[in-house]
Amino acid sequence: MQMSDFYSGLRDSVGDRPLLVVLGVCVLILLLDLVRQLSSGALPARNLAIFLKNGIVLGLIVGLAGVGLSMIYSILGFANFAHGDYLTTGAFAGWMTSYMIAGFGAFGLGDLFLIGIAGDATTVGVGAGVATTPIAILAGLLVAIVFTVFLSVAIDRLIYSRLRDEEGITLVFTSLGVALVLRYLIAFVWGQNSTGLTSTAEPKFSVSSIGLQINAHEITVAVCSLLLMFAVHYLLQYTKLGIAMRAMADNRDLASVTGIPTDRIVRSTWVIGGGLTGAAGYLMTLESGTLAFNTGWTLLLLIFAAVILGGIGSIYGAIFGGLLIGVASTVSLVWLPSGFTQAAAFALMIVVLIVRPNGLFGGVTTA
Amino acid sequence: MSYTDRLRDWLLTDDAALMLGVMTGLYALFTVFGTVLGLNFAGIVSTLQQITFFAAVYALLALALNLQWGYAGLLNIGVAGFMAVAVYTMAMLTAPVNAPAGGVPGLGLPIWVGILGGMTVAAVAGGVVALPALRLKADYFAIVTLAFAEIIRITYNSQLFQTFSVAGFEMGTGASRGIPAPTNPVLSLYYTDPSNYSAGTTAFGSMVFGAFGAIGLDEALVVDITYTLILIGFLVLYYVLLSRIANSPFGRVLKAIRNDELVARSLGKNTRWFKIKTFMLGCALMGFAGILWQGSQSLITPTQFTPMLTFYIFIALIIGGAGSNTGSVIGGALFAGLLFQGPVFVSRIVETVFSLGTAPNTFPDAVAGLAALRVEPLLAYTLSNLASLRFVIVGLVLIYLMLKQPTGILGHRKEIAASIDITERVSRENSVTPPQSEMNPSDSQSRGSGEDDR
Repeated sequence: MQMSDFYSGLRDSVGDRPLLVVLGVCVLILLLDLVRQLSSGALPARNLAIFLKNGIVLGLIVGLAGVGLSMIYSILGFANFAHGDYLTTGAFAGWMTSYMIAGFGAFGLGDLFLIGIAGDATTVGVGAGVATTPIAILAGLLVAIVFTVFLSVAIDRLIYSRLRDEEGITLVFTSLGVALVLRYLIAFVWGQNSTGLTSTAEPKFSVSSIGLQINAHEITVAVCSLLLMFAVHYLLQYTKLGIAMRAMADNRDLASVTGIPTDRIVRSTWVIGGGLTGAAGYLMTLESGTLAFNTGWTLLLLIFAAVILGGIGSIYGAIFGGLLIGVASTVSLVWLPSGFTQAAAFALMIVVLIVRPNGLFGGVTTA
Repeated sequence: MSYTDRLRDWLLTDDAALMLGVMTGLYALFTVFGTVLGLNFAGIVSTLQQITFFAAVYALLALALNLQWGYAGLLNIGVAGFMAVAVYTMAMLTAPVNAPAGGVPGLGLPIWVGILGGMTVAAVAGGVVALPALRLKADYFAIVTLAFAEIIRITYNSQLFQTFSVAGFEMGTGASRGIPAPTNPVLSLYYTDPSNYSAGTTAFGSMVFGAFGAIGLDEALVVDITYTLILIGFLVLYYVLLSRIANSPFGRVLKAIRNDELVARSLGKNTRWFKIKTFMLGCALMGFAGILWQGSQSLITPTQFTPMLTFYIFIALIIGGAGSNTGSVIGGALFAGLLFQGPVFVSRIVETVFSLGTAPNTFPDAVAGLAALRVEPLLAYTLSNLASLRFVIVGLVLIYLMLKQPTGILGHRKEIAASIDITERVSRENSVTPPQSEMNPSDSQSRGSGEDDR
């Protein structure tokens, strides 16, 4: 009796979602194949560990940037296409500071301003890095955060604040305009070539049992991202500002009636979202060691994918989505050639949306 | 009513006057630019031909996008991907079976098969995306189309498919090196052997080249002008087709969906199916426009289909006004003429009129001139980096439009979903109510700029 109930229940749920079953089978096949490759030695454990490590580091950065995007989405109701370029701007401001501190006296200010794109202050010459110039890196991170905060608040004041009552789509296109202006102003000043940033002589720590190496920059990125994520979590859950933000994300009119100063909350959202984005920009370029005018724009699609995968509006969704996107894009290397890492991440997003149209944490629009 | 009568009637409408006026204005502006630059007659004609070419391709794409976004409200930000699918399919079908060294083998089919195949595959790709994605919210749908376009571009860029064989047929995408486009059919109109001009011209070719050569236009320019005229022919076809669709029962359902999908569904319309059909048709039209544009270049590479291309087409549509076919054409022309070619010409004029000397290599060097109270280095630097500054201008125009006129130039015009204008009848029967069109049901495209209603 119970057994037949179980089977009919199973049949019902399978009948309801044939797609889910197909996908489940696909995932199972991939997992089995992974185990097979690991046990047969076709895929050394060390390679998988490297994929996972790279994926987690990328995922933390994408998640960090995604939290800002997600917060703006839930409070203001639009997808900010300029988010990636906020990230680039923060990175440029931060690295200019780092270079000016690390290379002070040794190079002219004009050369340091160009952060190695042209001029005498080359990447090797300045030799910026966590171990070699810790103060310059810390100052750079702080400046990246502060500058992006100012930038996002200023752009909100100048442009977005005039469009508060407009539809989301108007704001989306406005943000696209902002994105173009920011990106190509950077290209105008620094040119369209990418530049190396950090010295390669960073200390590495190895996990001897599988031969995995983790360098100091990756550790810095992981620690900083996790700290910032916990800070946001604390802020949203336990402070008055966080509660007000969640209330506003839930129902703006109700929040306004309750006496929550919505304008001030919007500004705070930009401050927090902008700060996280600036930090993500600096940390990302610290880890990758390169920077170009379109660094953030190329990352933007991954950030969107992460946010949507997690469910727009949920910061935990953004963090989880970021990790999933990061790991999926690198672990895809087990099966796909190296050109397809981003394609794998996008495909994962599309598949998840087909199964769960609101994202994994969908419907939870409480910041 | 005969077609000539209809054409005359249409030419007397505001829409025709607007479109012709915009093009005349652009031509006048660029003739002045060309004259100031000291171009000869052929140079000016060549300039106008280029302006027309870009205006036409952007107008074609804006029209196709307008069908999806302006009429059905489907936010497709993967236009570049659907273009890529069509252009690549066309190139892969028509590439020679025995490719020369370094080339890409294909199926060697005639070009019209390639074009039809490209449009079909683009439509199918649109269906594949729309079928599952239409269940999603608008924002999610948009991102899915963008992600799809990127997957397409990454796939065409991959070494994996540089050459491959399907059922014994060798073909390939050429990966990042690109795939050569088929010979432009216009060339065979003029040359007996399009791959070897010295083999001689056809009788028609000799006649036309002779006539244009007499007024100083060389053969290459004549070929370009011919191709541009063909583009204009297709633009007219697109315009007529899409205007007819918009006014057909099918188009009225689309407008109803855009205004209020729930109402359309309550009236028994299968809105999902309408949307999928519209999306597929739009993708096929985008694919053909892509073939006409990128397929006419000598080489097709994945870098021609970056997401920015999609956003340029959106900007063209937004300038003109979503939801209006006339607006789409005008937007395409203004975007191509003023925003894309305009800054280039202005900078060339500034360079010839003022002698600024060589431009500094870096921004700090350019600014260093200011300290010595010299503006020229900064100005020269600005002009030499115009490629970047041009996009800053595009961005600023977009922001300005969104702040001042979010509906574009013609977007405030309301195309009603009903076949009969109910508001008109109300005003006729009840003379107390002044005749006006502000009583239309709320329209998702009208964003509070009804004061300048015409």
